[in-house]
Amino acid sequence: MNRKLLSAPYLFWSALFILVPLCMVFYYGLTDKTGAFTLENILAIATPEHSKALWEALKLAFVSTVICLLLAYPLAMILCGMNSHKDSFIVLIFILPMWMNFLLRTMAWQSLLEKTGVINGILGFLHLPSLNIINTPAAIVLGMVYNFLPFMVLPIYNVLVKIDKNIVNAARDLGANPFQTFLKILLPLSLPGIFSGITMVFVPALTTFVISRVLGGGKILLIGNIIEEEFTKTDNWNLGSGLSIVLMLFIIFNMVISAVTDKDGEVNAL
Amino acid sequence: MKNALVNLEGITKSFDGQMILDDLNLYIKENEFLTLLGPSGCGKTTTLRILGGFEKPDKGHVIFEGQDITNLPPNKRNLNTVFQKYALFTHMDIAENIAFGLKIKNKSKAYINDKIRYALKLVNLDGYEHRMPDSLSGGQQQRIAIARAIVNEPKLLLLDEPLGALDLKLRQDMQYELIRLKNELGITFIYVTHDQEEALTMSDTVVVMNQGYIQQIGTPENVYNEPENAFVADFIGDSNIIGATMIQDRLVEILGARFACVDEGFGENKPVDVVIRPEDVELVSPDEGVINGTVTHLIFKGVHYEMEVMANGFEWLVQSTRMQPVGTQVGIRVAPFNIQIMNKPESEDEEAVGVNE
Repeated sequence: MNRKLLSAPYLFWSALFILVPLCMVFYYGLTDKTGAFTLENILAIATPEHSKALWEALKLAFVSTVICLLLAYPLAMILCGMNSHKDSFIVLIFILPMWMNFLLRTMAWQSLLEKTGVINGILGFLHLPSLNIINTPAAIVLGMVYNFLPFMVLPIYNVLVKIDKNIVNAARDLGANPFQTFLKILLPLSLPGIFSGITMVFVPALTTFVISRVLGGGKILLIGNIIEEEFTKTDNWNLGSGLSIVLMLFIIFNMVISAVTDKDGEVNAL
Repeated sequence: MKNALVNLEGITKSFDGQMILDDLNLYIKENEFLTLLGPSGCGKTTTLRILGGFEKPDKGHVIFEGQDITNLPPNKRNLNTVFQKYALFTHMDIAENIAFGLKIKNKSKAYINDKIRYALKLVNLDGYEHRMPDSLSGGQQQRIAIARAIVNEPKLLLLDEPLGALDLKLRQDMQYELIRLKNELGITFIYVTHDQEEALTMSDTVVVMNQGYIQQIGTPENVYNEPENAFVADFIGDSNIIGATMIQDRLVEILGARFACVDEGFGENKPVDVVIRPEDVELVSPDEGVINGTVTHLIFKGVHYEMEVMANGFEWLVQSTRMQPVGTQVGIRVAPFNIQIMNKPESEDEEAVGVNE
């Protein structure tokens, strides 16, 4: 009874700032300006402008997720192999940038990548060809990978560190070489962490509008940018909400997959 | 040793500057049940890991069937390990677990299925093929771990405290099971434990280790009845270890009283340690004893009574089926062959020095 009482502030908070806004999104998304029911806002995703933005967002989020996975898995394995005090130092170095504001980090990349930015300054000084990726999809992917990599590393690290070292030793003992051990033992046992990491990277990457605006220079419109503009510039809350609902479907789909693969709820308890 | 299955030659290993094994030499005969026994940190598990290929010694060689396998990775060694906490593959069912090693070696399906059936029968778990490891009890999981190892027909099976996580009754059952398995398979077992009872029950040969050195190698009777030093005497079973003086051959002075014994060649008036097992101390009436004392403690242990007797300034541990109430005046007598004489270690270090060969 008392324990339930303790959760009251959180329940109040989540009702006010999660449940109510969610209901409002559904209300706006399913009505027109006069308040009459319509599916028009949702079907608007089919217009070339919107579907192109959604496709672009899916593409970049997918590429970023794959790159994150390829970088994070070996890193998580290295972290697991270390003894604890060295381990915690590396983890500290790794999460240190996360303590800085997300927007600040992204803007730092902007000034690094700019045509007259820090990186090109150094390249020019060394008489090397300049790097022109600012305002391209490549810069956005870079920003996504940089910002979301920790969300891939941590769940994978979490499952790997719980795997008994003797399970790996047993596989080796029974004749498996290191590659077979990875393929047949480590990879299947770490799947829940991988799926959890994919969700934690793919969802924010799919919905971002800050990274695409700062590093894409407003030239590349992702679905997140379109929705944001409907709310802030065009002032069409109904259309913005409708598109949000469509985006939510993709997110829910992704989370269902993750929930099915992580039955024990071990990883997401992070 | 020429016809040994395994030879450990001068194995030295340290971790972070701390010496774990120092010039360890040991041979293991074919078809032997050999136990490495010692307290934690004595180097027994490291020895096993070096045999399994999970650690490389800093110095020395591992010779297996006449070949130097010191630098061979675990998957290239013709031996298998049963790990402490079973280490079953939790994402595979029992049949897949057992088949793992055979699939890696590309054995035929029919061969693998035969082997699975044979192994499950051997460990008394027929019909468990499609259960998941998590649904089995600890004892069953350990049997599966053993089955998974032996289907590969290793010449040598390494067992790293395999019964440590089981409760007492199950542990005793599994001890008989392991002896039976070893006899049926006709292979060599190397067993690591800190439990002296386990070691005495199952082994052909017990290797007592402490601080990276071998203290004594012998049959269970041998290390129990004739411990070579105070460490072995103290670690294996209960014992009274008393400083004494060897007066002459076959006569020792313990706590000021002279006892007949059977040992010779220690010299005259030489300080020694004597070991007397508690069950070998006979309590008699005061006029019949060599030393007289008073019973100070009495505990009922089931099979016997355990008593403490204060006599000549030493608290003797006594186990007997005949009870003497606290406060009773008793005489103490020990049969000559039950007095084990050991050279006194001259320093702490010497106590741990190898007494092999």
